[in-house]
Amino acid sequence: MGFTTASQTIGPYWHIIEDKALADLTRFGAEGERIELTGRVLDGDGNPCSDACIEIWQTDPPSSETFPGWGRANTDASGTFRLTTLKPGPVAGRGNTQQAPHIAICILSRGLMHHLVTRAYFQNEALNETDPLLVSIEDPAQRATLIATLEAAGVWRLDIRLQGENETVFLDV
Amino acid sequence: MNEDFRPYAAGTQPPLDVPDYRGTAKRHPLRAKHPMPQTITETTGPRFSERHFPVMADMTKSTSGKEALGERIIVAGRILDEDGRPVPHTMVEIWQAGASGRYDHPADQHDAPSDPNFHGDGRVFTDAEGRYSFLTIRPGAYPWPNHRNAWRPNHIHFSFFGPAFATRLITQMYFPGDPLLAFDPIFNSTPDLAARQRLIAGFDLELTKPDFALGYRFDVVLRGRGATPMEG
Repeated sequence: MGFTTASQTIGPYWHIIEDKALADLTRFGAEGERIELTGRVLDGDGNPCSDACIEIWQTDPPSSETFPGWGRANTDASGTFRLTTLKPGPVAGRGNTQQAPHIAICILSRGLMHHLVTRAYFQNEALNETDPLLVSIEDPAQRATLIATLEAAGVWRLDIRLQGENETVFLDV
Repeated sequence: MNEDFRPYAAGTQPPLDVPDYRGTAKRHPLRAKHPMPQTITETTGPRFSERHFPVMADMTKSTSGKEALGERIIVAGRILDEDGRPVPHTMVEIWQAGASGRYDHPADQHDAPSDPNFHGDGRVFTDAEGRYSFLTIRPGAYPWPNHRNAWRPNHIHFSFFGPAFATRLITQMYFPGDPLLAFDPIFNSTPDLAARQRLIAGFDLELTKPDFALGYRFDVVLRGRGATPMEG
């Protein structure tokens, strides 16, 4: 029996392993409702985090030869990340519950000793009202930090605020 | 049976607020993380195939086959879960500075010679027993602007995925006997001494190849499933 190895920061030089193609989860020809998930990563002063690594994972549509379900994007000078993926549908929750459509997000950057985890839900989904995680967040303003808004046709925005005012709800998973 | 991944053991992970590491000041959340039961989203994860993610197990040569400068080293180890079970066929990503302590990265302005034959990226997969191995150059120490005369100890960055979104791990491997470890706020941020020491690779004469390269062993543990044995 051992203990999980300690996390260390990803640092500012992780781009050495970056492959920009990983930001497009539809690159193998997956069919479905193509969306862009974009947003800015901001620090406690509201300044952009320009060296972060954003990874996403979704269990719907199920991963396949044409859809990896996983992607990675950098943030640019304005702190903006952009990922292209397929819009997920609902997935099973624990017990007999159902989870609203969502994408899991892993945030890694210089200044983060351990990755942070959050989720992107989608504005105006009826299932958001009964999603077990969303329901468990009592403060509507905090709940709203997990809900991506439709910015343009097919473009969903979720800004990630690491600290302070409107701080994103990070999940203890 | 509880198939959730266990919480991290107390003290084995660094806090997010590390006053001695300036970069954390404005980037650590102030609110506690929101508790949630794991769901299929957390207990499953991506699979990576060598077809889409080709193995790059020799970091000592440029794409045209020219040799990088520096001390060749072999790094190998096993990836196990908290119960000692191997984590098979999982992708390991590696990146690091070259022998002079400079990254092949536009943001690295350290005034040390860059090596056109060393990019510093590697990728391997564990075998059925969780073993991995790669060949690289021993990275140099380099200064960073955290505090006066701040230097990062020699280190190699590692990225592990494991079987699930919940087992993601990014860490750094250090070298035994490095005098800079005592002064490094990143290394020292993990409260538990034993947890810190497990980030230091062991010199391994068995792994060392005669007349070729020194061997270092770096074993890694990813989160395990189910209740801990201590909880019965």
